[in-house]
Formats: sequence, structure tokens, C-alpha cells
Amino acid sequence: MNNLAQNAGIKQDHYLQTIKKTPFYNRQKEWDKVNQWHRWGEYTVCDVFESIAKEYFAIRNSASLFDLTPMSKYRIKGPDALAFMNRLVTRDMSKIKVGRVAYVIWCDDAGQVLDDGTIFRLGENEYRLCSQERQLEILKRNAIGFDVEFWEETDEVAAISFQGPVTCRILRNMGFSDVETLKLFDLRYFDFQGEQILISRTGFTGDLGYELMVSPDKAEALWDAIFEAGKDYAVRPIGGNALELARVEAGFLQAGVDFLPANETIRPGCTRSPYELGMHWLVKLDKGVTFNGRRALINEQKNGSRYRFVKLDVEGNKTACNAYLFDRKNGKSIGATTSTAWAPSAKKNVALGYVEMPHGKSGDVVWAEIYYQKELKWNRVWAKCLVVDKPFWDPERKRLTPPADF
Amino acid sequence: MKKYDAIVIGAGHNGLTNAAFLAKAGLNVVVVEKNDYIGGASVSRNIHDDWTYSNCSYVCSLFRPEIYRNLELGKHGLQIINIGGGATLMENGDFLGSYEDHEVSRRELIRHSPRDADAYDRFSTDMAKWCRFIRPFLLRTPADPTSFRPRDIQELIYLGRKFYDLGQKDLHHFLRFFTASISDYLDQYFESDVLKASLAGSGIIGTGLGPMSPGTAYVLLHHYMGDMDGSVGSWGFARGGMGSIANALAGSLKEHGGEIRTGQGVEQIIVKNGKATGVALENGDEIHANIVVSNLDAKRTFLGIMDPKDAGEKVVKAAKNFKSRGSSGKVNIALNGAPRFDALPQGSDLVNGFIHVTDSIERMERAYDDWKAGTWSKDPYLDMLVPTYADPTMAPPGKHFMSVFVQYCPSKLTAAEHNGEDWTDKTVTAFGETVLNQISKYSTNFRDLVEHVEVRTPREIEAEIGLTDGNIFQGELTMDQLMFNRPFPGYAQYRGPVKGMYMCGSSTHPGGGVMAAPGANAAREILLDLKRPNTVPEDEGDD
Repeated sequence: MNNLAQNAGIKQDHYLQTIKKTPFYNRQKEWDKVNQWHRWGEYTVCDVFESIAKEYFAIRNSASLFDLTPMSKYRIKGPDALAFMNRLVTRDMSKIKVGRVAYVIWCDDAGQVLDDGTIFRLGENEYRLCSQERQLEILKRNAIGFDVEFWEETDEVAAISFQGPVTCRILRNMGFSDVETLKLFDLRYFDFQGEQILISRTGFTGDLGYELMVSPDKAEALWDAIFEAGKDYAVRPIGGNALELARVEAGFLQAGVDFLPANETIRPGCTRSPYELGMHWLVKLDKGVTFNGRRALINEQKNGSRYRFVKLDVEGNKTACNAYLFDRKNGKSIGATTSTAWAPSAKKNVALGYVEMPHGKSGDVVWAEIYYQKELKWNRVWAKCLVVDKPFWDPERKRLTPPADF
Repeated sequence: MKKYDAIVIGAGHNGLTNAAFLAKAGLNVVVVEKNDYIGGASVSRNIHDDWTYSNCSYVCSLFRPEIYRNLELGKHGLQIINIGGGATLMENGDFLGSYEDHEVSRRELIRHSPRDADAYDRFSTDMAKWCRFIRPFLLRTPADPTSFRPRDIQELIYLGRKFYDLGQKDLHHFLRFFTASISDYLDQYFESDVLKASLAGSGIIGTGLGPMSPGTAYVLLHHYMGDMDGSVGSWGFARGGMGSIANALAGSLKEHGGEIRTGQGVEQIIVKNGKATGVALENGDEIHANIVVSNLDAKRTFLGIMDPKDAGEKVVKAAKNFKSRGSSGKVNIALNGAPRFDALPQGSDLVNGFIHVTDSIERMERAYDDWKAGTWSKDPYLDMLVPTYADPTMAPPGKHFMSVFVQYCPSKLTAAEHNGEDWTDKTVTAFGETVLNQISKYSTNFRDLVEHVEVRTPREIEAEIGLTDGNIFQGELTMDQLMFNRPFPGYAQYRGPVKGMYMCGSSTHPGGGVMAAPGANAAREILLDLKRPNTVPEDEGDD
């Protein structure tokens, strides 16, 4: 088993470098007008290049580039790769064929979610796991008895998310023939300037979009090629803030925000099971092999869950930021919001959150007590929240294959 | 002759804390101290020229913030400054650095083991769970599980709730943690020897056990459960040395009308009709009060300043059996410049923190073998710190004070090599040389910088501060001597064997480490007995 991965090159004086720059950093810096960056893992990434509104509408109206390089990436390879993946995650990975990507979650043995992420099936016995949190130890602990090798490849893969309604058009302009035949969650290798580029039809925006992965030394060339091919289509880099808006609007969960990785959670009752996150469809109890948390999840099916994840359509225009949720106005506190936004495309005031069971069935109403400040003065409103089961924004173009040009 | 409400024996930080809370409640309190200076083991001393040594305890984390705030120690001159950096030096010339920045620290772990870098986060989460469990108990009086008094039953219910609150899986894990050796415990997380060694040090400090002895995992927690301004596990310097803590407590005590008499050792606690009535001093004087509180350790209290007839057979026997073995030494060094550790990158912040020798649990265990055999470790574990990088008050500009904590060093030399001769000035010097040689292996310029050395074996620590056998915690921190067993069953609620007599030292719950909690807890019990309003703050909680 190989996990030597990244340590070989680390020198004693590595401490001099407190932040790393991604291979797209220099190109992105040219767009930076407001100097708002933060750290993601070891890297510095941009929150906003110029304005959230401009960047958000690039996602929904034209084409946006978001630097995904800091995302944790692991390569898993070996005769038992499929069995290993099946052991780790709750989904039935035997259904995920070569050339497909799966959104997955994985649990500890108490059936509590450790993280979510995507698994790319690159070959018969070869996968890439992408996740928010670091997973090397979890992989190593779970790999016992499996004939697999794995290593972290976060730094070896330059990754960019290319999202928006004209992205397919631009990729075709770049000469990636038949890219339009990629269906949602398909992946395929293409030639790019003498190397291979991995293009998958995936993303975190709920819109038409792709994720592109190349070796770091081709990163700038890829960036330039996208802008060249997209010069008539208002392509722009986006920061994390615009992406956050899009992902809440799409109703996607964010680790560390909408749930906490179970292995980093100190207080009991603060972790969540897949069912408590509305991820029933990702759990295949009868997939024929055991997986982490299976026994606990069977028990939970029998005994019931504690919480329900809810998507809320909130009355009024005050976002329900950090709000308690109640069973009725001035009633009993039953939960809280975890992510909120005014959704610019859905034109809705939306929130993600949790409520205690049995509250929060689709179509139910819960109430949020919202505090908001206007020029030092705090105000409070009660807002009726409708529990919805569909994403707040779910355009047809997300799935349409081949995608329309615009 | 002036009559006091309470006499506190010993001006260590717990005695001063106890007295300050009693004085705050309106009691007329006097603290009597045998030395000409206060502080006990929380002391700053001028031994050589313009250098100030924290010559016993040397860092602060466990001191309860509630006490700090309540007694207004800031106003009385106390400042605790965060310590960053630190490294474990390796025999092969490498090191494991401890960087303040999480990402850099993580990369440093990756340099030694990529898997351990991720496992470290899991370890930290688990330690945070145990800290969350234990921290609220620090400012509480342990329940007596056999008394069936309503208050004890309430405390037991609280304890039960806290256990339940850990959750089923973690409860199992936690019970194992409490009984495990630090070596076995760390093996559950890590594969890197140097990482394990860097963490295991906290499991053996001040303890007559090796890293492979069951019970040492808890000792690690004891060093982990403190905080600096809410950052659990962080440590700090007291500006001006650890004596600043005692001085600030003394300031608070005096502000509330308390009195301190130094140079007045207590000969005996006077007991009449089963009640404490005062103390007889070594100088022949007597002081009278209905409350007598001993800040001395349990052995010195019950075998030293109490008539065995007053203490009673049961207590005397328990005190004799109380485990308080000396296992640590201290070497305080005045340096004419900054020592350069050859392995550490020049200019890095690592030198500002704890610098550790040794780099494997195996070496620590071998160091323990020497102690068991009755001599000091020939390859000792060192916890070195140069507070003067951060604190300009302790040495002349450009010069430094280096505090070196040494594990292991026995209270008596019984190994064959010593030919039946206990500590002498010659062997004390030889012990000091062992330590200086150990440092020199990792720092080539060190020897040339040495201006003055103060070597303290358990013999010196006992002679000067009175800690029996030089045990830095006033009794070892093993399960059989914790919570309702500290110092012994039936006497864990700070009350002594006679009415009006109390204990407030680190021999009582929750133990040593400059927490001030024993002193505060004892004050709460005394005020309860006197039916006076409580002045002792409650734990403010982490949740």
C-alpha cells in the first residue's frame, strides 16, 4: 500500500511558505480588483475578484471559472479499487461505470457523515476521490485487507470549475470534439496541447457546467485557451462568494456549514446521518457488501432519525441568517438554518437548515425568527417558511444533452 | 494578641488563592510562610545578577480564568503571554517542529508521516472531547460516592450526566483513555516515533511512571485541559516569571484585607477538643483561629505538622501510602546569548516554544528504567524553554534565561553505582552535567553561553519549597489519587480529620499544575461550613 504521496519533497524550511499559490494564481491576480482572498487548505483563493453580482451572473448567464485546485484529491488504484470504494461509501459503486462520476457520502461506524465528495471512475480499477476535507487517514484505515494503493494528488492536479450556459459552446470552440455528448456526471479525457485533459460534466452550481483537470504546467495554457475561445461570451473568474450563492440556490450541502464532519465533531448530537441530510438516495443498504455505518443506518431506518434536512422558501426578503426555526410563530424551537441567501435567479429568499423530526416534511410550514440590522438598529421579523423538496433553481440546461449553445 | 478567622499555612499559589477568597468573604485571614519569600513553586527568584528565574514551575495554562478574573489579577500585575513554536529534536539531526499555523504544522507532520497529519486532527478532536468532559470538574468539589448526602448525590448525577453526554462510543473510548498508557493511547493514532514522543512527554512529566505505564494517558490530558484565553491546550508565560502569579494573588489578598507573614514556619497545628484552634510557629509564637488551612502536601500536613493523635491512625496511614514520588529535576540557566539548536532552521519561530529532547517513546522508557533503578536518567527527557525571547523582564538585553525541566530524577539515589550514598553536592552537580551534556548534543554554542546554572533535584525542591520528595504535583496524578480519591478516600472535600482544619494544596482535587483550583475549591467549602456567602466563582463552561 502506497501513501508516501507528498512527503518526499517537503524540506525543513517549508515553514517559510505559509500560503501556496495555485497554478491559476497569476492569471487570476490579473482580474483581482478588491483584494479579498482567504485560505483553502494550504492555498490562497479568491472570495471576490470584482463584484459578487457580476461573478454570480457569469455562472447563470455566461461562463465562470472557479479555481478548484485546493480541493483534496486522491487517486485510488488496484485490483480491489471497486470493492474498496464500495466499502468506504454508502452508494452502490458497482453501478458507477468507467467514465462516470458519482456524488457520494461516507460515514463513520456510527452512521454519521464524515464528508461528501465526488468519485471519478477513471478506469476499471482506478478512481479519483475529491473532497472538502482531508481523507488520507480515513482511506488508510479503511484499506485494510484491500489490494489497493492510493495517494493524495491535490498538488499534482490543476482543477477548474467551468460553469454557465455557454460553457459547452466555448469547449467546442476549443476543439474538444463531441464534448457536447457528455451527459451529466460523464467524464472523458481529451487531448490538450499534447497532454490529456479530464473533462467531467459536474459542478457545484446546479447549472450547465464542467470541471476540467490538467497537470499544473498546462494550467495557464488552459486558462488562456478558455478566454481565447470564450472572448465573445463574457467569461470571467469567480470567487468563492459567488459560488456560495449559486450552491445555496441549487440546494447543495456544504461540509462544515450544513453538516459537520463526524470525525471533527466534539459534542454528541452535532453529527448527522445521511438520512438526516436528506441523502436517502445515496444509501444502498442492500448493495450486497458491507460498508461503514451500515449497521447503524439499518437501526436508524428502524428507530427513526433525529433530524430532517430542509430546503426552505422563506417569506419576505430578509434572509434567515443564523435563525432559529420554530413549529409555529412564537412556538417551540425545532431547528435552525445553516445556509441562507437571496437567490437572484430563483428570485426567492431561500434557506437550508435542519429541524427535529417529525417536523419539516415537504409542504410543511415552519417559522423562522429573523434578526436583521439596518444602520445599527436591529429588527426582528417572523417569516413563514415553506419546506420544498426541489432545488430552488433547477434549469433544464443542467441536464439537456447536447446542451443548447446559449 | 490578634485573633484571626483563618490561618493558611504556606504561601504557595493555592494558599494565596484560598486566603484571597476567604478575605474577599470578609474573613480576617493570615498566610504564614516558612520562606522569606512567597510563591511556593510558583515563584520568580533572583539568584544570579540581573537574571530572574522561574525556578520551579515555568509556564501557565491550567490556571483557572475564572479565578484570574474574579481576583482581578490583571490589575495586580499579572500578564500571561501566549507561547508559540516548539520542536522535538531528533538524534539523527532532524526535528519535528510545532508551528502555530495549522497548515504549516500539518505540512511539518506530513514531512514525517502523511497519514499522521490527518490522524492528528482526529487526535485533537478526541482530546477536545476529553477536555470538554473534564474541565467543568476543575472548579467543583468531588462527590463522595459513599456519603448519600443530597449534595453528593447531586454531584454524582452531574458526573453521570457528563458521562452520558460523551455518547456511547466515546464513553468506551474515554474509559480506556483513563486507564491506558500514553504509549498505547498514541499508538491508536500515530505511526511516527517522533510525533508520539513529542506528545508523550506530557504524559510523564512529574510522574513516577514511564510512557508505557498504564495511567499516563491521563497525565497527558492534565497538560492539555488548560487554555489561553479560550484556546484549549495552549500555554503561556507569566511575564516576570511564575512568581508574578503569586505576587498578583498576594496583591488581591492584601486588597481584601488579608495579611502575609513570611519567614514564619509552622511547627504544628494546634488541636483542642477535636477542633483546630491555631498554629504553633517554629519561632515559638502561636497564632489562633478557628479555621486552619494547610497548603502543604498531604504527607507534610499529616505526617509533619499534625500530631498523629489528632490526625488519627487512618489518615496517618493514608498519608504514608500517598504516592508522591519525586521524578523530576529542574536546571535553570543564565545564558550570555541565544542558544542555537543546530537542527532548527535559523530564524524560525520554533525556538520560542518548548524544545524537547527525546525523540522516541523507547528512549523515554529507558530513561524511566534509570529512575526505577534509583538514579537519574542518563539520556533524560528535557522540556526546555527560553521565556526571555518573549519576556524582556527576566534577563539583561541580549541575554537569556533558559528553563530546563528534566525527567527523570529520583528523590533518593539508591542505585548500586552510588554505593549507598544519597544525593550529595557532587552528585547534584553530576546530574546537572548530564543535562548540560544532553543539551550540548543539540546545541554547539550552548556551553560557551552558560553564565550560571542552578541545579535542582528533588532534594533541593523538597528542602526549599517543602514538596515531599520533590513531587511537583503534591502527589502523583494517577487514577487512584484523583477526584474523590485525592488525596485519599473520605478526605477529598478539602476537610481534614478535625473540625476547622482544611487542605487547599495540589494534594487535593484537581491536583497540581498551577491551576489555583484546589485553593478556590477549599475556600468554597470553608465558606459553606461557616454559612458565609460564597465568593468563589463557578466554572463558566465551554458549551
